[in-house]
Amino acid sequence: MNEFTDAGQTAWRLIASLDPTLAEIVCRSLVVSVVAVGLATLVGLACGAILAVTRFPGRKFIIVLMNAGMGLPPVVIGLVVYLLLSRSGPFGRFGLLFTPTAMIIAQALLVFPIIGSLSRQVIEDLLQEYAEQFRSFGLGTVQMFRTLLWEGRFRLLTTLLAGFGRAIAEVGAVLIVGGNIAHVTRVMTTAIALETARGDLALALGLGIILITTAFTVNAAAYLIREYAEHHAA
Amino acid sequence: MRPEYFPITIDVAPSILPLAVRALGLRLGGVNCLTNISFDLTAGKPTVILGANGAGKTLLLKLCHGLLRPSTGEIRWATSGDGTDAIFRQAMVFQRPVLLRRSVAANIDYALACRGVARTERRVRVAKVLDETGLTALAKRSARVLSGGEQQRLTLARAWALAPEVLFLDEPTANLDPAATRAVETLIQQIAAAGTKIVLSTHDLAQAQRVASEVLFLHRGELLEHSAAHQFFTAPTSTAARAFVRGELWW
Repeated sequence: MNEFTDAGQTAWRLIASLDPTLAEIVCRSLVVSVVAVGLATLVGLACGAILAVTRFPGRKFIIVLMNAGMGLPPVVIGLVVYLLLSRSGPFGRFGLLFTPTAMIIAQALLVFPIIGSLSRQVIEDLLQEYAEQFRSFGLGTVQMFRTLLWEGRFRLLTTLLAGFGRAIAEVGAVLIVGGNIAHVTRVMTTAIALETARGDLALALGLGIILITTAFTVNAAAYLIREYAEHHAA
Repeated sequence: MRPEYFPITIDVAPSILPLAVRALGLRLGGVNCLTNISFDLTAGKPTVILGANGAGKTLLLKLCHGLLRPSTGEIRWATSGDGTDAIFRQAMVFQRPVLLRRSVAANIDYALACRGVARTERRVRVAKVLDETGLTALAKRSARVLSGGEQQRLTLARAWALAPEVLFLDEPTANLDPAATRAVETLIQQIAAAGTKIVLSTHDLAQAQRVASEVLFLHRGELLEHSAAHQFFTAPTSTAARAFVRGELWW
């Protein structure tokens, strides 16, 4: 127990003094996950919207696949991306393995089904409500997509936060494709795993506190957005 | 005091009325929902589609407005076939108000933008229609938090702002209390007086008597009567309509 409180105190000191090692890792984590979620959002929202609005053979199969994809184990995604990016893999010549770019790719793949699935549900619900009114207005397809995305803005934002929460907290994928290289690909989760193994509990705990705070902030934001939406735009 | 003119001018393109409905039939899931319906809809005073629940009133309105495709028969607007899209000259208000998650004014502005009205003109039209419908005080409020009556007035205002030649109203007061119903009916009269052809469906006999100039009586998917209002209410010809007018039609 003594060791735990010692580590805790050191951890707080590291955070309070904005320790450069700690700050660097936190920043890298945020950048990687934010960019990954950004990419996954572009593709995921487009796929979600298309799946919600259109009807084509195989649509249901894709929806089931995407729903299943929400629970994909990060290590498996890490493994697949590793195989794709490794020297002998199809994209090996780009030399991306063990770079932040590889980590972004892996996390984007991890988050994409979450955003795709949840946004499809959100947009489909909205469409159910609005379809006839849109036809009555004589709305074009592009206008319809834009309107649906805007009308669902609050709920869609919470799906992005759900995706971000998953990305920032996962360790399996970034560990495999990033390699946890100091000053290059070390992020919060991989650093915690390493420092714990090495016995540097203070740094591990400091990062853990920040990670939990981030998760808490994201969830609080999601809650507040829902709350706001209910009162202002039902 | 209502102004004697309505500021929104209906464009001078040839009218989409009269509407000719011929031998119209609709089958949904193997059930004949509407059979062999024929009538003409001409410009002028309000037409009420009257009938019990399940008579097919909503389906008939949606078919006329172009939201559903008929299984048999045809629906021809006067301008059908000359390349213009008749739906742009109509509007429809549904039983449950369908409003976007934005302010009252933005809801009206949006509908106008859909029809390609320029921004500066939109601002003028939104302000005018809000004023005409007594919603100016609510302009900045979020549309989805309004009361049911206010919401339905807003959907009417939004439809009116589009300056439609024909306005379809599908039981617009079915979920409203008497006071809100009265406000909505007043607004409907106002819109009719300004030159829009009103086609209203209802199961409410009293409302039909207040609004209708002519009546289409639907019963179990068939059009049993099409007559002037006074004639329908005093001397209906079919058994079902007689029972309905006496308030005895329970099935």
